[in-house]
Amino acid sequence: MKIIVIGVNHKTANVEVRERLAFNGEKLSEGIAGLRSLEGVNEVAVLSTCNRVELYACVDDTDAAVGRIKKFLSDFHSLEPESFEHSLYALSGTDAVRHILRVASSLDSMVLGEPQILGQLKDAFSFALKEKSSGILLNRLLKKAISTAKRTRTETKIAENAVSISFAAVELAKKIFNDLSGMSCMLLGAGEMAELAARHLVSSGIKEVMVANRTYETGCRLAEEFCGRPVKFEDFKTEMLFADIVICSTGAPTYVLNKDDMHAVMKHRKQKPVFIIDISVPRNIDPEINKLENVYLYDVDDLQEVVNTNMMERQKEADKASCIVEEEVGRFMKWISSLKAVPVILSLREKAEDIKNEEFIRLKNRLKNVSDEDMQAIEYMATAIINKMIHAPMVALKDDCEDRQELIALIKKLYGINGDNDDEE
Amino acid sequence: MATLLFELALTFYFASAIVSLAELFRESRGASRLMFFFAWAGFALHTAAITYRFVSTEQLPITSMHEASSFFAWCVMLVFFLISRRYKIGIMGSFTMPVIFLLMLSSSVLPRAVNPLTPALKSYWLAIHTALAFLGNAAFAVAFGAGIMYLIQDANLKSKRLHGIFQRLPSIQTLDDMNYKLISAGFPLLTLAIITGALWAESAWGSYWRWDPKEVWSLIAWLIYALVIHVRLVAGWRGKKAAMLSILGFLVLLFTFFGVNYFHNTLHRFP
Repeated sequence: MKIIVIGVNHKTANVEVRERLAFNGEKLSEGIAGLRSLEGVNEVAVLSTCNRVELYACVDDTDAAVGRIKKFLSDFHSLEPESFEHSLYALSGTDAVRHILRVASSLDSMVLGEPQILGQLKDAFSFALKEKSSGILLNRLLKKAISTAKRTRTETKIAENAVSISFAAVELAKKIFNDLSGMSCMLLGAGEMAELAARHLVSSGIKEVMVANRTYETGCRLAEEFCGRPVKFEDFKTEMLFADIVICSTGAPTYVLNKDDMHAVMKHRKQKPVFIIDISVPRNIDPEINKLENVYLYDVDDLQEVVNTNMMERQKEADKASCIVEEEVGRFMKWISSLKAVPVILSLREKAEDIKNEEFIRLKNRLKNVSDEDMQAIEYMATAIINKMIHAPMVALKDDCEDRQELIALIKKLYGINGDNDDEE
Repeated sequence: MATLLFELALTFYFASAIVSLAELFRESRGASRLMFFFAWAGFALHTAAITYRFVSTEQLPITSMHEASSFFAWCVMLVFFLISRRYKIGIMGSFTMPVIFLLMLSSSVLPRAVNPLTPALKSYWLAIHTALAFLGNAAFAVAFGAGIMYLIQDANLKSKRLHGIFQRLPSIQTLDDMNYKLISAGFPLLTLAIITGALWAESAWGSYWRWDPKEVWSLIAWLIYALVIHVRLVAGWRGKKAAMLSILGFLVLLFTFFGVNYFHNTLHRFP
C-alpha cells in the first residue's frame, strides 16, 4: 500500500486548467465514487479549492494507479489528457506525505501562511469520512496534517502579521487605539481598497462608519452597507472631528486636506489621536500632516512596506515551519513502517500459541492423575515460556530500525512463518 | 537577619531587572513569567526585611537614606504589581524593574546604621506623611515608565519603524491612559503628603511652610503634575506632551529625593 498525491496547484496550472479539474458541489461525491471504483485504489480523499485540486489516495501500485487516475480525470471532466497532463504532479511515499503536510501548514499556499487552506483540508477530510472513502492510512495522515498545521501555527509566527494592505491598516489601528469597538471611522471617497479596509475595521468591532463621497448617492449606498452615516463631501472637515480613523481614496488630483485644516481639527478633538490612511494615488492628504502631534498618517507605500516586511518575516518563519513538517513526516513514516511488522508479529504470536496448545493437549492425555489446579499451573508455565521466548523478537520488530524489512524476512525464516499475508513493498 | 533578607531581595530584583531588559530584545512568554517570579520573590523578601527592621528597631524604617530608598523601591514594586493586574503588558516590567533595582542598589550602598529618631520626628505624622509621599512617588515612578514607553511607541509610529519592540509595546492610547491614571492617582497622594507635611511642620516647628529645599522641589514636581492634569482637562494636551511632562516630573522627584539631601541643608535631611 502506498500513499500518493496527484494534483495541480497555482504554481503548475493556470486558473483555466484548475477550474476545469475542480470538483465542485455534486461533482465531488461523484468524483470520489468514481475514484474508489478504480482498480487498485483503496482509499481516496479530494481537496478542491480555487488554488489547487489534489487527490490523495492509497494504492497498491503507484504507476498503475497514477495512469488510471489520469485516465479517470480526463473522462470525468471530459478533457483531453494533453490539456492538463503537463501541469499535473504525482508524488508517492514520503514525498506525498510531506506534500500533504506542507499544504495543510500553508507552506505551499500562494499567500504563505494563509489560514483558509486548513479549513478546506478539514472539509475535504470530513467529506471523505462521510463518504467512507478514506481508511486507516488516509485518516491517520489527514489527522496528522491537521495537527501539524496547528503545530506550525502555534510554534512559529507564520500566520502572524498582516500580509494585505487592508489588514495591515487594521493592525496598525490596534497599535494606536487600545480598543476599536468604541471608535468611529470615516471613508473619504469610496474606493474598493478603502471599502475593504472598512470591512475589516467593522469586523474588528468599529462603532460607526461615516462615508463622505463626492457623489452623495454612491456614498449613501456604501454607508447603508455598513449601517453607517452618509456625509456631504463639502462637510467632511467638520465631520472629521468625530472620526478616529480616516481612510482616504478620493481620486482627487491634489491634496484635499492640508496641515492647517488638520491642525484645527485636532484642536477641536482635544488632541485625541487620529489614524489617517491615504490609499489614493496621487496622494490626497498632505504628508506634512504626519508631523502634527497625535496624528498618524500612512500612505499606500507605507502600508505596502509593512506588508513586504511581514512577508519576509513569514518567509523566515516558513523555514522553521518546514523543520516541524519534516519532523512530523518522519514520525508518520515511522508509523507506516511499523505497520509492516504487524502481520509478522501476529503470525509469530499465533504460531507460538499453536505450539503451546498442541503440546498441552498431548501432555494432558498422558498425565491422568493430575488435579485441575496443577494442570492450571502447568499451563501457566507453558504460557510464560512462550511469552518469554517471543518477547525479544517482538520488541525487535516493533523497534524502529533501518533494516526492518530484512528483520521481518529473517524472523519469518527462523520461525518458519509463511508469507501468506505478506505485503509487498 | 535583616541584612540577609535585604541582600536576597536585592539579588532577586537584580535577576528580575536583567530578565526584563532581555525582554526588550526578544519576545518570550517564559521570560515574562520568570521576571514576575523573581520580582515576587524579591518583594516577599523585601517585605520581610522591612518588617523585621521595623519590629527590631521599634521605629518606622524610613529614618535614613538607606531605609527610605528601600521603602521607595518597595512602594514602586507594589504599584507595579497593582497596575500589572489592570494592564496586561508583559514588556512594562522592562521599564519599571530597572528603576526598582536602581533604587534598591542605591539603598544598599548607603550607610545602614539605625538612627534614633529626634523628638521632633516622633509623631504619627511621620507615618502618614511619608507613606503618602512614597506611594505618590511610586505611582509617578511607574508613570515615568509608561511615559518612556509612550515616547518610544510614538516615535515608532511616526517614523514607521514597525518591527521589534513596536510589536511588543501596547497601543499608544493604552500607554497614555496608563500614564494619566497613574498621575491621577499619584497627584492627590502628593497633595496630601504636602498638606500633612505642612500641618506637621506647624505642630513641630511652628510654621506651615519654611521654603525648605525639599519643600520647594516637591512643590515644583507638584506644579508639573498639576499642569499635566489641568491642560489635559482644559486643552486636551495628551500623548507626547503628557508623557514628556510625566518623565520630567519624576526626574524632579528623584532630585527632590536624592539631590536635595546632598546639595542643600534641609530639615528633611536624613542624619
